[in-house]
Amino acid sequence: MMEEKEREIVLPGSVVGDAKGEKAGRGTFIEDGKIYAARLGILDRRGDYINIIPLSGVYEPSVGDSVIGVIQEAMKNMWVIDINAPYPAILTGEESPWRVGYGETEKFLKTGDVIVASILRIDEARNIDLTMKCKPCRKVDEGIIIEIQPSKVPRVIGKGGSMLSVIKKYTGCWIFVGQNGRIWLKCEKNASLAIKAIRKIEAEAHTVGLTQRIEKMLRDENG
Amino acid sequence: MGELIKDGLRIDGRKPDELRPIKIEAGVLYRADGSAYVEWGGNKVLAAVYGPRELLPKHMQDPTKAVVNARYNMASFSVEDRKRPGPDRRSIEISKVTSEALESVIFTELFPRAVIDINIEILDAEAGTRCAGITAAAVALADAGIPMRDIPAACAAGKVDGQVVLDLRKEEDQEGEADLPIAIAPRTEEILLLQMDGHLTYKEFEEALELAIKGSKYVSKLQKEALRRKYKKVEEE
Repeated sequence: MMEEKEREIVLPGSVVGDAKGEKAGRGTFIEDGKIYAARLGILDRRGDYINIIPLSGVYEPSVGDSVIGVIQEAMKNMWVIDINAPYPAILTGEESPWRVGYGETEKFLKTGDVIVASILRIDEARNIDLTMKCKPCRKVDEGIIIEIQPSKVPRVIGKGGSMLSVIKKYTGCWIFVGQNGRIWLKCEKNASLAIKAIRKIEAEAHTVGLTQRIEKMLRDENG
Repeated sequence: MGELIKDGLRIDGRKPDELRPIKIEAGVLYRADGSAYVEWGGNKVLAAVYGPRELLPKHMQDPTKAVVNARYNMASFSVEDRKRPGPDRRSIEISKVTSEALESVIFTELFPRAVIDINIEILDAEAGTRCAGITAAAVALADAGIPMRDIPAACAAGKVDGQVVLDLRKEEDQEGEADLPIAIAPRTEEILLLQMDGHLTYKEFEEALELAIKGSKYVSKLQKEALRRKYKKVEEE
């Protein structure tokens, strides 16, 4: 489990392996037969691969991610959407769950509306296409959206969703975590408690035994 | 001109190959993607990194790589006589050379069409601000999780009273014979920035360069300690 393993922090330019015996994974590069870390993060050896798990940085979109996006602009037959990445994303009428006629996009989604969508494809020029034909995809019609650092998303979800289910259990909230660091909450009450827990996870993301501490905090404050 | 070196020691008591005291702190700003604060002798420098993010206006975008946009700015209160705020000839030049020095270690091809903004604010200036600025910006870039080949480090050497010395302070910079600020990628000793003000013989230049590389490598050690300290702290809490 992530929490018990000895975690080594690596910095850009530090040697992490030999290109002969091992393979350079995410966040690494090869120079003169050696593998170096390209970014600040935690060293992670998985089989032959050496990966760097980032501890900071912006959201880097990858195909299949479920994200929460904000409509920036409604064009004639598509929407331009901000997904908190370095590049805006495109959702076409065909990839939406509705039959959208030409020039009718504003009937369904207007500037400022929020949706859950999935990343369909990314080309080499980093043009991002979204689709809303996926299970969690929908228009966000109620609730609260909060933003956290994208590098902390795996910690908020926890191993196999453990952290998220703890928060859900104690607050009774319905929570959806987008891979891009946006979180959608629907709560009867306890909304502020759920947000407080998520903020605590974000602030203490690298610490050991966090799930237990969050559970304790939620139990104490929930009475 | 007064004596700048007496009995082998400089006016602040340093040996010719000794740096001023340096303090580096990583991740000091909440809103920036990465940040760093550096105190280097009398210099106080704050660096903030934003991005990679969309570059606007669109015609500035490069479809093959990210643009690295560093902005060096001196606060009006950073020097003895008030500095007129805003970019001037000097700070535009420093912004340009800093951008190019940092760009050469960043994997810009991973973020086509994007921009990486680096803001370097000189809060207090006492000679060697461009080196302190690059040092701070490099830590801020690493803190922002930008993929890089190495963490650049910078340091200056120069010539004072006929002797080659490391890391000039204000009086030495103003009354000395030469100033040679450099930035390197410490792992490969690749030179990312080299400027020279004043006159050195070829032999003195080689000596000064070697001294500045040695100084930069020491600065690099401090940068790495600062980054480790930040992420260790959050880990141990």
